[in-house]
Amino acid sequence: MSTVAETTAAPARKTPKVTDRTKAERKLAWWLCAPAVIVMLAVTAYPILYSFYLSLLRADLRFPNDRSWVGLSNYGTVLSSSLWWSDVWHTTLITVVSVAIELVLGMALALVMHRALFGRGLIRTSALIPYGIVTVVAAFAWRFAWSAAVGGFVPKALGMDFDPLDPTHPFWNYVVVILTEVWKTTPFMALLLLAGLTLVPEELHEAARVDGASAWQRFWRITIPLMKPAILVALLFRTLDAFRIFDSVFIISNGPNAKLETVSILGYNVLLNRLNLGLGSAVSVLIFVLVALIAFLFVKGFGTSLAQQRGET
Amino acid sequence: MSESRGARIAGWGSANFLVIVFALFPVFWIAMLSFKTPATIADGRLIPSDWSTENYSQIFKQSVFTDALRNSIGIALISTLIAVILASMAAYAIARLDFPGKTLILTMALAIAMFPPISIVGPLFNMWRNLGLFDTWPGLIIPYMTFTLPLAIYTLSAFFREIPWELEQAAQIDGATPWQAFTKVIAPLAAPGVFTTAILVFIFAWNDFVFAFALTSTKAAQTVPAAIALFPGASQFSQPTGSIAAAAMVVTVPIIVMVLFFQRRIVAGLTAGAVKE
Repeated sequence: MSTVAETTAAPARKTPKVTDRTKAERKLAWWLCAPAVIVMLAVTAYPILYSFYLSLLRADLRFPNDRSWVGLSNYGTVLSSSLWWSDVWHTTLITVVSVAIELVLGMALALVMHRALFGRGLIRTSALIPYGIVTVVAAFAWRFAWSAAVGGFVPKALGMDFDPLDPTHPFWNYVVVILTEVWKTTPFMALLLLAGLTLVPEELHEAARVDGASAWQRFWRITIPLMKPAILVALLFRTLDAFRIFDSVFIISNGPNAKLETVSILGYNVLLNRLNLGLGSAVSVLIFVLVALIAFLFVKGFGTSLAQQRGET
Repeated sequence: MSESRGARIAGWGSANFLVIVFALFPVFWIAMLSFKTPATIADGRLIPSDWSTENYSQIFKQSVFTDALRNSIGIALISTLIAVILASMAAYAIARLDFPGKTLILTMALAIAMFPPISIVGPLFNMWRNLGLFDTWPGLIIPYMTFTLPLAIYTLSAFFREIPWELEQAAQIDGATPWQAFTKVIAPLAAPGVFTTAILVFIFAWNDFVFAFALTSTKAAQTVPAAIALFPGASQFSQPTGSIAAAAMVVTVPIIVMVLFFQRRIVAGLTAGAVKE
C-alpha cells in the first residue's frame, strides 16, 4: 500500500537518475516488507474501520434482524452515561498513579542495574521475572495474597478485620490493582530507562566529581537532563499500556458487584457479554480515540526532545 | 571516595537484596500456595504446614488444563515462527536497503505498538465468526503475530544494523557462492538477534489474555491464561485456589527457565528496540 503513495512522491524529490540497480533494490525492499505491512494493516486498520462502521448502526447480536443506521446516536448514549465517565476516571487514576510510582521505582532499579558493584546478572535476572510472567498469573498471585476470602496472608499480617478485595472497599481494590501493575511493569520501565542511562557519558560524571559535585547533584544536573528523551519514551509507552489495562482488573476486581471497572473492561462487557456490537464498537472507537489523543499530546508536548533523540542515535 | 569500601558493599548488598525480594516474593507466595493441601489452602500461612503435590496431579488429570497447555505451546510457537520470519524480511530491507517508504513503515509499526487491543477485539470477534476462525488456532495466531510484528521489526533492524555486511562480499570475492556467503557468514551473525526477538515474541504470545479470552470458547483453542481465569471450583462455594496456583506455576516455569538462560539477550533485545530507533 505504501508503494503507491511513495512511487509518485519519489521522483519529485530525487530527480532523474534512478538507475536500474536502485530500482531493483527498491523493488526487493518493497517485496520484503509487503507481507508484514499487509498483515499489520489487515488486522488493525481494517477492524478499526469496521468497528467505526458498526458503531453507526443499531446492531445487537441478540436481535440480528433489527439492524439499522442510527448515525452518531450510539456515541450519544455512551458519552451521556455516567458509567463511561466513571470508568474513564478509574482508568485515568490507575494509569497516573501506577505510572508515577513506576517511574520512581524504575529509575531506582535502572540505577541499581547499571551501577551495582556486584551481582548485576542476578539482579537483572530477578527483575526480568515479573516482566516475563503471565499477567493473569501475576494478578492471581496478588489477589490470593490480599483476599481474606481465599485466606491470603496480607490481611492477617496487616491486622485487617475486613476483606480488602470485597467490592465494598473500592480503595483497597485500587491499591491491589496498582500494586500488581507496578510490580509487573516496573522492570520494563527500568529497562527502557537503563537504555538511556548507558548513553550518559562517564567522563561527564568524572569531570563533575572533580569539580566537587555530590552524587545527588550529578544525578539531577547530568543524568536526568541527558536521559530526558529516554524518560519520555518510557513514560509514553507505559502510559498507553497502562490505559489499556484489562487482565489484572478482570482477575482482581471483577464480579457482579465490582466497583472497579476500566474502559477496556466496559468495552469487553458491552461487546461480548451483552453482545451489543453497535454500542460496544462505539466504546472501542472512543478508547482508540483516547489512546490516540494521549499519544498525540505526548508527541506534541515533547516532540522536540523525541526528535532530538532520533537525531542523536 | 569518602565512603569506605565496607559501607559501599553493604549499601549495594542491601539494594540488591531489596530488588530480589521485590521481584520474587509474589512468585514465591504463589509457589508455596500451590504446594498446600486443600484443607490448609486458606489458612493464611506463608509456608505450607502440610506439603503436597496434589494440586499438580489434579490439574494434569483435567483436560481443561492439559488441552489449554497444548494450545498455549502450539499457538505461541507458531506465532513466534511466523512473526520472526515476516519481521526478519522487513527488518533486512529496513537495515540494509535504501527505499522510499521506510519511515512510513516504521511509523506504522510504532502506531500499532500503541494500539489498544480491546478496540479490535469486537470486530475480530465478529469477523472470525463469519470466517470460521472463532475458537481456532489461526484465530489467535493472526492477532498475536500482528501485535508482535512492530516489536520484532524494531528489535531485528537494530540488530541487523550492527552486522558487518562487508563480510558477505569478502566471502564472495574469496569464491563463495551467494548462498554460501549467506549461510556460512551472515546467518551465524544474525542468529543471536533473531533468537532474542523470538524470545520476546514468545513471551508476548504466551502472556496474552484479552484475545484468548474473547476469541475462544472451548478446549479447541483456549490457552492457559484464559483457562485458569475460568477454572471451576469443586462446588459453587469453593474457590479453585489450589488448582489455579499449580497451573500458574506450570506456565511460569518456562518463563523462569528462559529468563535464567537468556537474561543477557532479553535485556539487549528490549534496550536495542527502545533506543536505537
